[in-house]
Amino acid sequence: MNRMLLATHKLTVVKLLVVVVAMFGFGYALVPLYDLICDITGLNGKTGQISQAESAQQIADTSRVVKIQFVASVSAGAPWDFYPNEFEMEVHPGGVYNTTFKAVNKTSQEMVGQAVPSLVPREASLYFNKTECFCFNRQDFKPGESRDMPVQFIVDRDLPPHIDSLVLSYTFFNITESNQKS
Amino acid sequence: MSTTAEVLHDHHDNQLKGIKRWLLTTNHKEIGTLYLWFSFAMFLVGGAMALIIRAELFEPGLQIVDPQFFNSMTTMHALIMIFGGVMPAFVGLANWMIPMMIGAPDMALPRMNNWSFWILPFAFAMLLSTLFMQGGAPAAGWTMYAPLVLQTGDAFPFLIFSVHLLGVSSIMGAINIIATVLNMRAPGVTLLRMPLFVWTWLITAYLLILVIPVLAGAVTMLLTDKFFGTSFFNPAGGGDPVLFQHIFWFFGHPEVYILILPAFGVMSQIIPTFSRKPLFGYASMVYASASIAFLSFIVWAHHMFTVGMPLSGELFFMFATMLIAIPTGVKVFNWVATMWRGSMTFETPMLFAIAFVVLFTIGGFSGLMLAITPADFQYHDSYFVVAHFHYVLVPGAIFAIIAGTYFWIPKWTGNMYNEALGKWHFWLSAISLNVTFFPMHFVGLAGMQRRVPDYALQFADFNAISSIGAFVFGFSQLLFLYIVIQCIRGGKKATDRVWEGARGLEWTVPSPAPAHTFSTAPDIEIVKQETGV
Repeated sequence: MNRMLLATHKLTVVKLLVVVVAMFGFGYALVPLYDLICDITGLNGKTGQISQAESAQQIADTSRVVKIQFVASVSAGAPWDFYPNEFEMEVHPGGVYNTTFKAVNKTSQEMVGQAVPSLVPREASLYFNKTECFCFNRQDFKPGESRDMPVQFIVDRDLPPHIDSLVLSYTFFNITESNQKS
Repeated sequence: MSTTAEVLHDHHDNQLKGIKRWLLTTNHKEIGTLYLWFSFAMFLVGGAMALIIRAELFEPGLQIVDPQFFNSMTTMHALIMIFGGVMPAFVGLANWMIPMMIGAPDMALPRMNNWSFWILPFAFAMLLSTLFMQGGAPAAGWTMYAPLVLQTGDAFPFLIFSVHLLGVSSIMGAINIIATVLNMRAPGVTLLRMPLFVWTWLITAYLLILVIPVLAGAVTMLLTDKFFGTSFFNPAGGGDPVLFQHIFWFFGHPEVYILILPAFGVMSQIIPTFSRKPLFGYASMVYASASIAFLSFIVWAHHMFTVGMPLSGELFFMFATMLIAIPTGVKVFNWVATMWRGSMTFETPMLFAIAFVVLFTIGGFSGLMLAITPADFQYHDSYFVVAHFHYVLVPGAIFAIIAGTYFWIPKWTGNMYNEALGKWHFWLSAISLNVTFFPMHFVGLAGMQRRVPDYALQFADFNAISSIGAFVFGFSQLLFLYIVIQCIRGGKKATDRVWEGARGLEWTVPSPAPAHTFSTAPDIEIVKQETGV
């Protein structure tokens, strides 16, 4: 094989290897990209988060009533009792509301949990904002501890008019083990 | 023999005998042979697994294997057939034929060629060893969806690392093919004079380069999720299992074209030969292949219509998917137009090719049905899906491999295969495959789920028919093995041209093709005669 050809092959291989490495990176880049797309579109029921100050600027639209139902579930094998203290609320868009969820650690060990929220209809998730939520942080539980955990939220006044009820659900995950590891 | 390198090569070949000849070979023809035999062995292993599945499904209820093992069989059957059966077979055909078709002395990177083959037996030894492990072989489906796949027992890291190795092998093979096609064409073999098999393989190689690394990334994420505390797909840590499906199918959809584009290439060689006419619409075939490859990157979510996408997303993926029917239709019509008013003869390769055109089209139509989002909500994960992808893979990819083998084996061995037995092989395969897979459409539409070892009583008759067909199909392939061995050992001597209508540089070399062909580039007049439109 002559030298020229060898050099050409080398160049081709290097170029293609760059593509291979870039595509491996692209696979990983899909992860933040996916989150970004979910945030922009409200896919997956990912709800928004705003500051107290922002929420204070909104004025409740008393002419309109939106029904919110709360759902709580625990992921498989997570040893908690977990339920909303209020199952349903009627709210005015623009007003700030509070509710609590109760969780009971059924074990005699210290447990760490993490709640993950989701909202339906998906379309509404862009208009549902929380100023405070137990889902922002991981929750530490002493053996047998039971605790009320607060959520403060505001439904945006721009909520599309055809939406008159929302369901906010939380799934509670046991992250005790992975928490110890890190 | 004109260059010093060639003399060294020959010297090299003479030295090595027995196992070392195969372990250390850098000859594209020998490596092609290794690939083809390896893929046939995997085809039998994967086929045996399919027969276990069909034996269990012969009648309702659980009788032969337990459900966990049944799921291992569906998972392993898919992994072995895709990565061990179809892909290496096409790489084997590429190794044998591409250098001869473009007038090159060998592949561009012969040592890497050796390496990319010899990784495969190790990768599959690892994958198959999981059958004997605590917790059994992987059983979460070949799609390896998180979080289910994370429940795999000791087999899990073996699954991941074998997928990594298969990926490394495929990427090296693809780089080799691209370098060969781009840099080693004989003078006169311009890009638009290349045989279509070379074209479709070039496009396939680019697809491999682009998506196999994404698969490698996805399975690495699974690995770190399981062992290193990351949360790519774990909602408790802020991840999302649906993300895995997106990444997987971003690889997975181009992958299905990786399995079928080389088959299109084989068809485009065989059909003109036995129609004794040049391929109809050569340029449109090239552009259609490239369009299919491009579209394959923007349709992945049609595999996951039911995960809960916004309406706009479902519409986009539905229409993009249906768009693929256009370039595919161009191909099918071109093949039919090639046959139109040709002086057709029906030797075994042509029979397989015609069956390909008809049956692949059936699989394509059921694919269109599945592309309709609202209808897919019913078809999803049913046997209708199983029927669809087996119609495109068995009479599609596998028939193309078999047809290609019958077509080129006289060139490889110097002997004609037994035509009568070849026809027996064809008719047994073609009939039994329809008996196997056609009833699956009906049970699928009626609601039978895939990947479940038991089913409702009303599906019993069709499943029994499917199982009988599967066993006939499976054992018919042993006839193929016999025909191939018989052809290697002797038979009517093949001429250099082999087929009356054959055209292309590969038919200008002697039969059997000597170890080194085109050590000096072919004469430009011959190139002009044999290639192009």
